[in-house]
Parts: sequence; structure tokens; C-alpha cells
Amino acid sequence: MSRWIPEGPGIPDAQRRARGPVACIECFQQIPCNPCEEACPRGAITVGDEITSLPHLDTEKCNGCGLCMTRCPGLAIFTVDESCGEGKARVSFPYEYVPLPEKGSRIDCTDREGHFVTEGTVYQVRESKAFDHTAIVTVEIPREYSMDVRFIVRPAPTDSEEVNPDA
Amino acid sequence: MRKVQLLIVGAGPAGLSAGIEAARAGVQVTIIDENLRPGGQLFKQIHKFFGSRVHNAGVRGFRIGEKLLQETRELGVEVLLGYPVYGIFPGGEVVYGSADGVKQLQAEKIILATGANENNLCFEGSVLPGVMTAGAAQTMINLHHVLPGQRVVMVGSGNVGLIVSYQLLQAGARVEAVVEAGPAIGGYGVHAGKLKRAGVPFYLSHTVQRAMGTTEVEAVELVELDHFKAIPGTEKIIEADTVCMAVGLTPMTELASLCGCELVESRGLGGLVPVHDHDMRTTNPNVYIAGDISGVEEASTAMEEGRLAGTAAAESLGYIPAKEAARRKEEIHGRLDLLRSGQFGARRAQAKIEIERSFAQIKRGGEVR
Amino acid sequence: MGEDRRVTKHPILEDLREPDTYILYDGKKIPAVTGEPVAAALLAAGVRIMRHTPKTGQPRGIFCGIGRCNDCKMIVDGVPGVRTCVTPVREGMVVETQEGLGEWRDLV
Repeated sequence: MSRWIPEGPGIPDAQRRARGPVACIECFQQIPCNPCEEACPRGAITVGDEITSLPHLDTEKCNGCGLCMTRCPGLAIFTVDESCGEGKARVSFPYEYVPLPEKGSRIDCTDREGHFVTEGTVYQVRESKAFDHTAIVTVEIPREYSMDVRFIVRPAPTDSEEVNPDA
Repeated sequence: MRKVQLLIVGAGPAGLSAGIEAARAGVQVTIIDENLRPGGQLFKQIHKFFGSRVHNAGVRGFRIGEKLLQETRELGVEVLLGYPVYGIFPGGEVVYGSADGVKQLQAEKIILATGANENNLCFEGSVLPGVMTAGAAQTMINLHHVLPGQRVVMVGSGNVGLIVSYQLLQAGARVEAVVEAGPAIGGYGVHAGKLKRAGVPFYLSHTVQRAMGTTEVEAVELVELDHFKAIPGTEKIIEADTVCMAVGLTPMTELASLCGCELVESRGLGGLVPVHDHDMRTTNPNVYIAGDISGVEEASTAMEEGRLAGTAAAESLGYIPAKEAARRKEEIHGRLDLLRSGQFGARRAQAKIEIERSFAQIKRGGEVR
Repeated sequence: MGEDRRVTKHPILEDLREPDTYILYDGKKIPAVTGEPVAAALLAAGVRIMRHTPKTGQPRGIFCGIGRCNDCKMIVDGVPGVRTCVTPVREGMVVETQEGLGEWRDLV
């Protein structure tokens, strides 16, 4: 597992993370793109007229609602909540696979490279027409991994609906 | 011979956008495409687009395609499908194929929006069934909903390779490797990030040495590269049933060449492209170009170039006053400039400037008829 | 022939279709979706060899998927050299692996 903690204008510091849900914008290349800026109802994200500028997060305005996550074409925005209980953290990320993980299930959580970090619990799975097929998955994990965990080991497709020719 | 005011060859993002723009100005537009479905590559692009609101950012490609088709319908643009254009004479006579034989029409103005062809690589076994272009795999999964294979090795880490790899995962395939000859990932880091989080291994400074199998691909041999030269003894074999090649695209300039447009080599834009001016007009004053034929970029830029060519063609046909056309074109250029900025876009912006310079040079030399 | 390779569940695509007809591939019935390319129906059934080359008899399959490369040519309803990746399925179509340049066949 890599313990690389990103830095940049979209990354909240440790103090802010400790105070409650906040976005973590892991967008580090000058891509011409700014839907995150418009997505934020609180005006917490600024890209500016030069749309290749990196998004800047005003961590005081951001309340970690995660709407930006569903609009980012790069799926590069996450939210981190370190205020959800002693020693715990919740990490949310966009998820565009089937099947979706099941709420309440134990699941292997991975880092940005897909390496195993820790076991966690699927806290929430959000879907909405407005997200246009990008679901938001939230896992609850040990707090020390809040800046490491960014994904899960995808649950295998269930064969229940498929016809087994040998059956 | 049937006469049309504006003929657009290619019903992809560039051609449809051009048609919409010109038809809105009042031009009688016919779009012709060899495919049975319109939309070009847009309906294969199921990911959300980059850009800003004016570029439909955050919207999935196929939804943008549906919007373009609806607009063409509302404007009464004629779209002829299943008709390959075989040739265009410099005077605007267009020859195309149909089920009832070869047909002809005469076009006052023409916009070529023919797109680009995928490049491929030659290696031992590269003709085995199971080796295909990334575009073929993308067509199969996203248009026809069929997996070309279950275990895929992707060759090339530009945005096409990264996006198609992600879409293969979404369709239920496994991507066993993304192989890149260069020392760094070619496309956007955020696209690569999606694959890395899903556990897809990247092999940088590697290439495919051979595809193995008797009648179909069963395994792939990779080799490490030192400055693009194979290092003996570093071969590794990966079990896979499919190899996809995403090794760039080349503009499809045959028709431009046939109707007398000057071509110029542009490394930043994928090869030979028709020389064109700021309005997308070629050295044949009745022929405009838009989209990948004018340099390989992406659907967002193709749509803007289409609008530019459509506006310019409508202006030249007398449907938009010069002052109004200038205003619209400037607006479009503003949006294009946004898309051609930053570490990925600057090279394309520079290449476009050089092409316009070539156009000016040719014009000064009196070569424009 | 391998297993069914149709995508039946997908996070984004909304219009997944189920086979509503069949074609005959080298005499065997294969499920197909009306209007999809013949090559897609074959691929879904795990068929990836469309023809054998004229001189050396090497197998060829889908390569470009959009009608450019000619690798996926087969004999369709008695006509050789048909690009299966751009030929839509019709019910009961007869599709045969093409050997070399193939032979014209009178199916009637």
C-alpha cells in the first residue's frame, strides 16, 4: 500500500478533515475542465476563466455534500469524513460498475493503485437520476486510512439471474 | 444531376454540428455517411465529457449525440445513411455508392468531416483473431453490447486506450495489462486513476512482442523497452484472449486530396491534414473541413470545428452577414482556445497555428484557385 | 464456440437488447438481435474466426469493427466477401466461414 498523501489546491488539511465531511479534489493536471465549479451549490470550488487551472477548494465553504463527485468526468473527487465516531472515518467515491456493493456488507478497501489497505463496511450507496449512472459509495474504515482508501475490491457479478446450461 | 447547397460528408460530431449551424442560418443541408447509423463515434462514448458548460462538460457522449440528432431532425437536415462517398471532383461533383448503384450529385459547398482511421502495430501474431483495434472493442461493447473477449491486453495509454480499458471493465471484461512503449502514461492521469483503482496493471516502457495462439489469441508476450528498443531477457507472458491496439489515429484525407485540397504534414495532429484557414476552409475555396480530418483531437473540439465550418459555409453562401458571421466565429474560437489549452492542448494549439501559417503561405504563392 | 458474451448488465448503457431472432452459422443456429452486425452475433456466441486467408489459410477475425479492414469477410446468404461487422442481421441469414476468396453459392 502506498501512503502518499496528495497535496494541492483541492486537498483539505488534516485540521479541516478532522472537523467533518469535506471534498478531496485529486485533480493534478491542467485538463480543460470545470464542471466541479458549477456543481457546487455553495460556491466552494473555483476553477476560473482559464479552465485548465486546477480546481481550488475553499474548505470553509465545503460541507462535503459530494455533488461535485458526480459531475467530475475524471472521477477524481472524493469526500472524507473523520468526524463520524472515535477512530473511524467515512470515505466516499464515485462508482460506475455493476453490481453495486451492498450496504452494510464488509468489503476490502483499496488505495489509489488498487492495493489492499483495510477491511471496511459499506456505509451507504447513493444513486440518483441526476448523477447519470455514477453511484456514490461510502465506506466506513479505520480513521488512519482516510487519506489512503479510495476504492474497493469490486464485488464479482452475481450469476443468480443467469441461466446455467448444466442445471 | 441533383444539386445541393451544402453537402457534408460524415455524420459524426463535426458533421452534425456543421449541419445544424448551417441549417439554422437557412442553408439547405445534406449530410451523407457510409454508416447505417448517424453519430460517428459519439454513441460509443459513454463517459462524461471534459470541458465547460458550453462544451457539454459532465454529459456523457451518447447523450450529446442524441441531442445533435434531435436538432438535425428539428431543422429538417437531410441525412443520407449507408452511402459511401467514393469521390469528389474539384468542381463539387460528388460520387457515392448506394444499394441501387453509383449515384452523383452536385454540391455548391462541401464540408468534409470524415474523421480519422485507427493506427495499428505489426508484431508476430498481430493478425490472429482476437487482436483488434481499441475502436473495434469499443464498438462491440458500447454499440452492440457484446464483449470481444474476457481478458484483454490494451496496447497504448493515450486517452483512447485508457477510456476503452475502463469501458471494457464496465462491460464485464478483465483488463490484464495496459502496455505503454513510452516511459509515462500518455493520457489524462484521472483516466489512468480509474483503472489503477480497479487494480489494472500498467506496463510502462513495454511493448507487445507477440500474440500467441494457434487459431486465436491465448497469450501475449510483452518485452521491456530501453528507449523504445527491446531488452532481451525481459520477456513476460500474460494470459489473455484479446489484444486491443490504441496507438493513435490518422486523419482520413482521401476525399480532400481528390478534390484538390493541399495537404501538409503535422506531427502534432496525427499526420497529413488538409491545409486550412481560421474558418476551416481548405485551399479549394468551396471545400471546408471539420473534426479529426483537420487534425486528430476529440469530440468536443470536433463539434466546435463543425460549428465553425458550418458558419463559414453559410456565410460564403450569403446566409449570414459578414459582421454577424465574424462575431459567431470569434465566439467559437474562444471555446476552441479553451479546449486547446493546458499541458495536453498546447501542442495542438501550436500545430493549428502552423497550419494556418501554411495556408497563408500558399495563398501568397497564388496557389488558391 | 465459447460462452455467451452478451453484456446483460451494465452500469451506464440503458438499452441492452436480448436476442429476438437467429442466424445460421456453418449450419448451426445462433441467437441474434435483428439489426445488429452479423459479426456481433457471432462474437456473442464465441465465434472469432470469420475466414481463412487464400494463400496460407491463416484465420482472421474482427479487426477494425467498422468496415474498413476486410478481415471479417464471410459468405453471407451465398455471397462471399461480405464484411460481417457492417452487415445487419436478418432472421435466418445463412453465414459461412469463408475459405480463401470463397465461392458464390446458389441458396435457392
